Amino acid sequence: MIRFVLRRLLLLIPVVWGVLTVTFVLMYIVPGDPVLTLAGERYDEKTLEEMRRELGLDRPLLVQYVEYLGRVARFDLGRSFMTRRPVIESIRERFPRTLILAFSAMAFAVVGGLLIGAFAAWGRIPWLGRTLMAGSLVGVSIPVFWLGLLLIYLFAIKLSLLPPSGYGGGSLRYLVLPAITLSFASLATVARVTRSGVIDSVSEDYVRTARAKGLGEIVVMSKHVLRNALIPVVTIVGTDFGSYLSGSVLTESIFGWPGLGRYIVQAILKRDFPVIQGAVLFMAIVFVLVNLLVDISYGLIDPRVRLKGGGR
Amino acid sequence: MSSRGTIFRRFTRNRSAICGLILLLVVGILAGLADILSPGRSAEIDLEGSLSPPSLRHPFGTDPFGRDICARVLHGARISLGVGFLARTISLVLGLVLGIAAGYFGGKTDAVLMRLADITFAFPTLLLLIAVMAVVSPGLTSLIATLGIVGWAAVARLVRSQVLSVKERDFVRAARSAGAGDMTIIVRHILPQCISPVMVVYTLGLGMTIMAEASLSFLGLGVQPPTPSWGRMISSGVAFMRTAPWLTVFPGLVLTVTVCSLNLVGDGLRDALDPHLNVGRVDTKGIRL
Repeated sequence: MIRFVLRRLLLLIPVVWGVLTVTFVLMYIVPGDPVLTLAGERYDEKTLEEMRRELGLDRPLLVQYVEYLGRVARFDLGRSFMTRRPVIESIRERFPRTLILAFSAMAFAVVGGLLIGAFAAWGRIPWLGRTLMAGSLVGVSIPVFWLGLLLIYLFAIKLSLLPPSGYGGGSLRYLVLPAITLSFASLATVARVTRSGVIDSVSEDYVRTARAKGLGEIVVMSKHVLRNALIPVVTIVGTDFGSYLSGSVLTESIFGWPGLGRYIVQAILKRDFPVIQGAVLFMAIVFVLVNLLVDISYGLIDPRVRLKGGGR
Repeated sequence: MSSRGTIFRRFTRNRSAICGLILLLVVGILAGLADILSPGRSAEIDLEGSLSPPSLRHPFGTDPFGRDICARVLHGARISLGVGFLARTISLVLGLVLGIAAGYFGGKTDAVLMRLADITFAFPTLLLLIAVMAVVSPGLTSLIATLGIVGWAAVARLVRSQVLSVKERDFVRAARSAGAGDMTIIVRHILPQCISPVMVVYTLGLGMTIMAEASLSFLGLGVQPPTPSWGRMISSGVAFMRTAPWLTVFPGLVLTVTVCSLNLVGDGLRDALDPHLNVGRVDTKGIRL
């Protein structure tokens, strides 16, 4: 097990290096002089020169690259062009809010997906099960941002049940709609996989045994069937974490949720490159680490993954 | 591997896949006929009829400039489908070439290419797209190129694993011992074996590419006005959610139907090609946004 974890950690090094390089190169191909964007309308050659020197843009590319790596290693992601605030500070302030949203969405996807999938597999009310499954097909294909707008229209504008947008100091009422929006595609996938998992395991011997010894339907379902259907669900939620991060960019900007995603969108509108660079880099690193955790947890659950050494 | 006839029969027996195919054809044909069905109407400005609700004359209503939303959605379909097909084709070609190179030659080539794929996968897809589109100058060309290039890794990884499983099979060994060169083996024996899995990722990825295009355009990073685009239409409808929800509802509905039918067709293809695969089995990493 330790060898497996070490191997995964070693494989992480080229990936993280690659991510750093990609984000560096991206900001280097910005069309036009970043200093001009920074200075805005009013500038003269002398201030431009000073700014270039301050930002280190006058030095050779390779030197800039090495310095960039060094800065990132010290958790220095530069300062915003607009507010001059260190990017890492804004990330520290905003990332927890994105995490709250992502984890709520994850919880919603797992609980809702399991319930819907198990219900559809149970098959007592066939038409409802079929409708839910058809809905889950649409759910995978529905654009996050459109769904969010529809929910705002229905629950905030028409029914006035929930606030249309904002953070509300972390109040639960503000969390509901964005969390549902963000979770929807995952929820639909979880429901589909749970359904097929349950249908597969219902015909297994141990389920028949459990029934034969007289256990109630709910106990059989929760203790024997669902437990086995749970493993692929872990996989889905793990690999979907990236889509929670990506999706947060759209969801947060629709619902005015002051997390990392909205931070990126605002930075794009203002062409605030250090912010885009820093926040994207941060999200990618988080994503890589989450994937590592997911891989390691497979190794814990399933020894075959460990032996193969790859896990893919 | 099943014969072509069996695959075709399995696909046509799959009702949801056929449903998807029909819906897709409808969207495609309407998009193709956009100019005949509503000549010039997508750009026709009529301030008198601004923001009118859906009616017989304007089935999807009109926007703040009085432009017919239905006509704009149809013209937007051309852009969305066009961008999707072109971008996917770029991913397909890149993925095939690099995937075969990695799988067939192995060694250093394989190691380098697969680390590059890992780096591509290290970014949540949409986030990488956003980052790239935020720094390049926006426009159709850069949009197609970016979507196409970012999609290479998923195709390449799939092709590579297919090549690895085919490479040591008897018919390839036989060809090699008969003196066939690498190029001949690749073109005559390896490539045909990659076609069917690649078709599945092409279709499934097409839906996601169209979704990605819409998401980027929604954020203002994709198709630029006045070119009609579904994502852009939805974002410009946000300000009118209260008074004119049809501005947002219809473009999104058509987008959902398109993506959904592409997914149905892709799922159907996958099941027809390999009925033993389960829902979650195909490596959709990098296909999901």
